[in-house]
Amino acid sequence: MLSRVASNLYWMNRYVERAENTARVLDVTWRMSLLVQEPRLKDQEWFAPLNITGTLFPFSGRHATVCAREVLHFMALDPENPSSIYSCARQARENARAVRGAITSEMWEVVNSTWLEMQRMTEEKMNARGISAFFDWVKERSHLFRGVTFGTMRRDDAYHFTRLGIHLERSDSTARILDVKYHVLLPSVKDVGGAVDYYQWSAVLRSVSAFESYRKVYRDVITPVRLAELLILRDDIPRSLHFCMRQTADTLELVQNQRSGECLRQAGRVLSQLRYGRIQDIFDEGLHEYLTKYLDAMQDLSREVQRAFFAPTLPE
Amino acid sequence: MPLDRIYNEMIAADESVRPHYAAFADWLRETPPERIAQARHAADLLFHRVGITFAVYGEDAGTERLIPFDIVPHVIPGERWDRLAAGLRQRVTALNRFLHDIYHDQEILEAGKIPREDVNGNSQFRREMVGVDVPGGVYAHIAGVDLVKNADGEYYVLEDNLRTPSGVSYMLENRKMMMRLFPELFATQSVRPVDHYPDLLLETLRDLAPREVEGPVIVLLTPGHFNSAYFEHAFLAQQMGIELVEGQDLFVQDHTVFMRTTQGPQRVDVIYRRIDDDFLDPLAFRPDSMLGVPGLLGAYRAGRVTLANAIGTGVADDKSMYPHVPEMIRFYLGEEPILNNVPTYLLRKPDDLAYVLAHLEELVVKETQGSGGYGMLVGPTATREERERYRQRIVDAPERFIAQPTLSLSQVPTFCGDGMAPRHIDLRPYVLSGREVRFVPGGLTRVALREGSLVVNSSQGGGVKDTWVVD
Repeated sequence: MLSRVASNLYWMNRYVERAENTARVLDVTWRMSLLVQEPRLKDQEWFAPLNITGTLFPFSGRHATVCAREVLHFMALDPENPSSIYSCARQARENARAVRGAITSEMWEVVNSTWLEMQRMTEEKMNARGISAFFDWVKERSHLFRGVTFGTMRRDDAYHFTRLGIHLERSDSTARILDVKYHVLLPSVKDVGGAVDYYQWSAVLRSVSAFESYRKVYRDVITPVRLAELLILRDDIPRSLHFCMRQTADTLELVQNQRSGECLRQAGRVLSQLRYGRIQDIFDEGLHEYLTKYLDAMQDLSREVQRAFFAPTLPE
Repeated sequence: MPLDRIYNEMIAADESVRPHYAAFADWLRETPPERIAQARHAADLLFHRVGITFAVYGEDAGTERLIPFDIVPHVIPGERWDRLAAGLRQRVTALNRFLHDIYHDQEILEAGKIPREDVNGNSQFRREMVGVDVPGGVYAHIAGVDLVKNADGEYYVLEDNLRTPSGVSYMLENRKMMMRLFPELFATQSVRPVDHYPDLLLETLRDLAPREVEGPVIVLLTPGHFNSAYFEHAFLAQQMGIELVEGQDLFVQDHTVFMRTTQGPQRVDVIYRRIDDDFLDPLAFRPDSMLGVPGLLGAYRAGRVTLANAIGTGVADDKSMYPHVPEMIRFYLGEEPILNNVPTYLLRKPDDLAYVLAHLEELVVKETQGSGGYGMLVGPTATREERERYRQRIVDAPERFIAQPTLSLSQVPTFCGDGMAPRHIDLRPYVLSGREVRFVPGGLTRVALREGSLVVNSSQGGGVKDTWVVD
């Protein structure tokens, strides 16, 4: 298939997935913010979504204080913020529009009507229907889009690049969501392992829709180590790093070409670390440190995908 | 040509409903107005959701607008269409013969049937195409012929569009919409289907591949998604199952065209291009074009790739060539033209110029190179001031203009505001020429939504209707 089209499909899905995951990050932050009562720490958790999406700098350039209202607006609705949900919806739609011939009409209709509705979204409306209802809406649109893709698209290279975008973006996002907890302070050291700590971890779980899975797998209270094991190493949790990397590596094999050797190698290396890794080793290294390294590896891999498949192939 | 009365497609002079509209009129009478209002609203929503929009030039970049869709169809009796179809086949065949001739032996000029300077001095005449043999001798593979019906009930050809005629996607979507909204209308009468158009187009493109291969690679070349007709490009590519490419996706090596794919370069055989000649190849035409493919002309001249439409078709659909089409039909086919031409004044001729300047308030004046309804003067509806301004432009460069009597385009009842009122329409059938001539019955009906307006172009406040050929 055309390199340009492959690239648009890949990015279209990354943006849809990114919108969903930004909603999830904001959702978990929102849930955590409802738990902290210490006035001294008021609003401190709203640094987390900015930190993990790398947008603290542009945010602070335009906002004096970090608080729920401003961060929510910045990350959900701000057209000036290229990673806001609003911007993701726009870019998903722009990419879809550029490849209308390569996606099914149903896919186009979902992306397009989402964008039309997104344009009508305002802070008042968002608050009126409830902030969680807004996040649910974003997630539903993303679910719908994936479902329509799954149910209508021919299983060809176009479909593979679609899946590649989804899983690369999702593995990146899950790593970032896991890292939220690192950025959200507990009121004091004695709270570690306490009720607030517990609720924060369960908010992380719920935000990636893995709460029920956790219960089924461990049948026990939520501990950070098990939670991390679930979201990093388990290969049967659809948002875990292991699951996403396996999908990524499999997809790369399906679309491989003469230039994709390095790409496959990098994906394979990350995958085998996830397959054979032990959670205790990850915690010994430090969860935050591990996730930081993982995100770097994802960045390298994305760059390599770009080079192998989308860079204009020059005449020989 | 009588200009006094307007032909109404649905209602005859004695107020009775014409027979071919009877089924629709019955339906209209029996259907509750609420249901119709609801359906019109649903149509708007659906068109918006599926994104059938067009970009408008001269407004904010990237603006998208919906073309207003009217649910009252333009109905044509089957036998009337069959006569039209014969005329279209004849006309487009002659135009293709003319294009071949003009880029080879120029027999029609030798015979003195068309003044030599009309061709050689024409800016659309492409010297690069002289002596080039194109597959099947076909130049205008896709032609859109604009027809109007005058007060006398006769069809007239308004212009031939032989470059990159657009609008066919609306024809297809309009039908889909009508069948979705009012299936009962199609159950009570036999409306000839149009939805196989993409198949016919694909066959036409396949007919003309430059090499004998099992499955020639066919692509649709678009200027990109900022183009006003991008929706149509994407739509057609998808319907035909071919790649929608931009200039940057193609490159030329050893006079062969390739596209860049995730699996490396792939050879391209046929390009259905929706880019004007001027932008096709920056090496041959406009060097600043970012839309084209460097070296494309070379590959084309070498016969390694087929372009549809061919380069240089503009010389035949130019408004100053239009008056000569009946003569082409007689010269190449030895037949009398079936379709009427509108009498046309060429303003480069002093007699015609004098006549036109004295009768501006009765005539329609157009630029020979204009399209899309831009830059034309409709004498009877223009203000004195507009006419005087236009007069000055004519005097400055008369050779750039032609003039025609104002036709009283026929009307079809159309929903506007709260009720229905007659509005002017035209009809654009699409004629496909490959190894044979193919078309679907009907075409795109455009309607001027403003009262009294004769300009049906979508960029000028026009809308569209479904076109039914009924038996």
